[in-house]
Amino acid sequence: MQANTKQTEHKRNIFLKKIFGSQNFGDLIFERLTLLFAVFVFLLVILMGYEMYIGSKISIEKFGWSFLTNSVWDPVQEIYGALPIIYGTVVSSFLALILSVPLSIGIAIFLSELSPGWLEKPLSFLVELLAGIPSVVYGLWGIFVLVPWIRNDVEPFLSERLGFLPFFRGAPYGFGMLAAVLILSIMVLPIVASISRDILKSVPQSQREAALALGATRWQSTKIVLKDARSGIFGATMLGLGRAVGETMAVTMVIGNRALISPSLFDPAYTMASVIANEFSEATSDMYLSALIQLALVLFVITIFINAFAKLLVWSMERKLGTR
Amino acid sequence: MNPSKFFHIKRKVTSVIMMSLSLVATLIALVPLVFIFYYTISKGISYLNIDFFIAMPKPVGETGGGMANAIAGTLLLIGIGGVIGIPVGVMTGTYLSEFGNNKFGSVVRFLTDVLSGVPSIVVGVVAYTLVVIPMKHFSALAGGIALGILMIPTITRTTEEMIKLVPHSLREAGLALGIPKWKTTILIVLKTAWKGIATGILLGLSRAAGETAPLLFTALGNRFWSTKVGQPIASLSVYIYDYAKAPFEDWNQQAWTAALVLMLMISILSLTFRIVTRSKYKTK
Amino acid sequence: MKFQKIISALFLTVAFSMLTHAQLQLNGAGATFPYVIYSKWFDEYKKETGVQFNYQSIGSGGGIKQVIEGTVDFGASDGPMTDQQLADAQKKQGTTILHIPTVMGADVVCYNVSGISKGLNLDGETLSNIFLGKIIKWNDGRIKKLNPKINLPNKSIVVAHRSDGSGTTFIFTDYLTKVSKEWETKVGKGTSVNWPVGLGGKGNEGVAGLVKQMDGAIGYVELAYAVQNKIHYAAMKNKSGNFVEAEFASVSAAAEGASKNMPEDLRVSITDADGKDAYPISGFTWLLVYQNMKNEAKANALVKFLKWSMKKGQTYASGLYYAPLPKAVVKMCEKKIDLITANGKKIK
Repeated sequence: MQANTKQTEHKRNIFLKKIFGSQNFGDLIFERLTLLFAVFVFLLVILMGYEMYIGSKISIEKFGWSFLTNSVWDPVQEIYGALPIIYGTVVSSFLALILSVPLSIGIAIFLSELSPGWLEKPLSFLVELLAGIPSVVYGLWGIFVLVPWIRNDVEPFLSERLGFLPFFRGAPYGFGMLAAVLILSIMVLPIVASISRDILKSVPQSQREAALALGATRWQSTKIVLKDARSGIFGATMLGLGRAVGETMAVTMVIGNRALISPSLFDPAYTMASVIANEFSEATSDMYLSALIQLALVLFVITIFINAFAKLLVWSMERKLGTR
Repeated sequence: MNPSKFFHIKRKVTSVIMMSLSLVATLIALVPLVFIFYYTISKGISYLNIDFFIAMPKPVGETGGGMANAIAGTLLLIGIGGVIGIPVGVMTGTYLSEFGNNKFGSVVRFLTDVLSGVPSIVVGVVAYTLVVIPMKHFSALAGGIALGILMIPTITRTTEEMIKLVPHSLREAGLALGIPKWKTTILIVLKTAWKGIATGILLGLSRAAGETAPLLFTALGNRFWSTKVGQPIASLSVYIYDYAKAPFEDWNQQAWTAALVLMLMISILSLTFRIVTRSKYKTK
Repeated sequence: MKFQKIISALFLTVAFSMLTHAQLQLNGAGATFPYVIYSKWFDEYKKETGVQFNYQSIGSGGGIKQVIEGTVDFGASDGPMTDQQLADAQKKQGTTILHIPTVMGADVVCYNVSGISKGLNLDGETLSNIFLGKIIKWNDGRIKKLNPKINLPNKSIVVAHRSDGSGTTFIFTDYLTKVSKEWETKVGKGTSVNWPVGLGGKGNEGVAGLVKQMDGAIGYVELAYAVQNKIHYAAMKNKSGNFVEAEFASVSAAAEGASKNMPEDLRVSITDADGKDAYPISGFTWLLVYQNMKNEAKANALVKFLKWSMKKGQTYASGLYYAPLPKAVVKMCEKKIDLITANGKKIK
């Protein structure tokens, strides 16, 4: 009896091996099962892109590339040009990076090169805590704390001292590009800082020791480390950019929400994500909805490129250093 | 002065300046953190009472009331998200680490990274077109699906990395005993890596709890108590958004309290996360 | 393990919620303009009958869109649906959309200028110039002429408008289109328009919030929002040349003329109305309901509620700064409500 079942099992295994070329039926099922989920993720991303493409078809057909270059966003005439919105997205993200990247690198240097071990953990934790605050809470804080401060103190000060520059002209609303830039720079900071720190730490200790042994100062050895980590830090910056470009709630709550191209940081602006948040559930016509979905598609494609680029940089960096 | 000595001092001074600048940068970064926490706690605490957790919102103009529906709603939404995100994330992560050393594996790995960078509002748009329009209803399900999609990349990557950390000797021991690979993976590898994976899951859940943008046009909102999956549902984050831009001071107040409660919820989740990770290192 | 408990608790919540059947709930979405009274109505109605009407104020544009898509049981808007939109809804949902006026309200031009309390006077021409960005200072000669007694400061005007699709915007731009040729050609009317100047806020509450927070701001919100937030608002010059403040009497005066020649489908604009006491930026707000509903229980509940809103509901209006419907209009509405059917069957 026992031998009999064993024999049939053996026969079955041979049979299965013939069909599937695999050693074990269970293994095969298991592999296929996990594969199924991996395929699901694969299809999900494809489906997302496809769904948005279908949803935005009538707008793509009507406006073509002028969607990206036309500066009129007018739901009454049904003309949709996203240029001011793209402008707002790009400017707010880049200015935020200009503010936060030097700070982030400073933090990363402090955490990886200077800080004593007992301080590093809690400090890293605090920086990561910044990343854990929900976007909407940043927005709440923005509306009630940051914006009044900007309106009453920052903007009057800037327009008095630097008012000759076109960037600091106009009425101090508080709400506007400046508020969005500040809040974005705070939100991007923990991402860039923590990835940069990891990257700096992955530079082999021997590099520093060699430099120090040759009589270099701390800063000089840090510079060598930074040079090694260049592309990785750039990748971290790109990841921060990806976050800034797609950030929705906090920006929507403080940016003033108007499709406008203006050099002044005091003026209101609009970003792709905040247009969608504001107008999506209220778009009345098919064309309007389609234009908004197209905006989502553009945002999707941009973030894919940014993230892909960032990942490539970080990977190449890790490969170069041959970590782990 | 001897020029080499001068350069020596100059180098030292530059070094001290640059290094203190890095300290200053760290301190500057902590300023907004302190401010946000200070305001959320000081403004939020005045409204924090039992009612906030058990009562329902009052109509405009009447003071008092709570957000019991929103708290339950947030829990339900991340619950649905978890039902979708956890199995997909864990299984995909397992695939990537066990069978993913091929072209398809790298493609999926790349797409997971792509997914982690996709703005949450875009996921909301997709959930609207995929779930709300065909179902003809704003629903907790649509919101939960959006949150689930957002959880996938975090859980997938942690699972993959945690499984890779499992020592090869363990796996080989299992295989040497004649246990088939799938059983080895489930009984030995996944079990060993489970705590690490759990931290990834908690991280995904806590991030989802704070999401607002993907819920705006999926879960919509609800002023009543609802736990039905097919109905619109309230959430703390959407309440914060609505109440923050309202001109009623009473509502603004409640927005701060909701923010405090939301952050407490997230902290409890991440605290669990910390405890789990710590015990993992201790057992090692 | 703690973690597993949390997860299983979450699963249980989900499973539990799938099994339980709460009481009947109808979902609606749309205008923010009547949000205050609707939330009051739905709250009172739930206390009386136990039926829940969940209303989300996402904007009139949203209300119309969701009705066309069929994602809600009813919609709400302050701007009537266009013929095109009605045809779309007919095509997608297979039934006519009825416009049921519920209350009337007024858009007020609210402002926040330190030093000026109540009593600013404006006319349509000046208002359109401010919103076109042609008048940029509070002490502009054209504002001075209307307000000889007020000491206007040399301060920039900050224009606040809606960033979302809105019936409040529809009423406001409908008015500006009627009084200014330039506005008509440059901007036009709609639930959302391409604003020449200003900051966008989401919802009535968003605009009220902006105006309240900024010195020198001007914006338009629904009367109730201005009163409840203690924001000052201007008296508007009407067609007969009188400066009129928004209040029930002046809004009703505007509606009176309109109710005499109300169109059959109840879609009517009452901005810049005739009558010497008529407030010029007034409007109806409508509930958008399907004439034929598929769910009988919901159809019954909705009809009952609509009838309640025409009787008891109207008594809440004035307390919340809305004008109740004129008697003649109530009659017309009740006739409309009787048209609602469930799967073709009349509702008793």
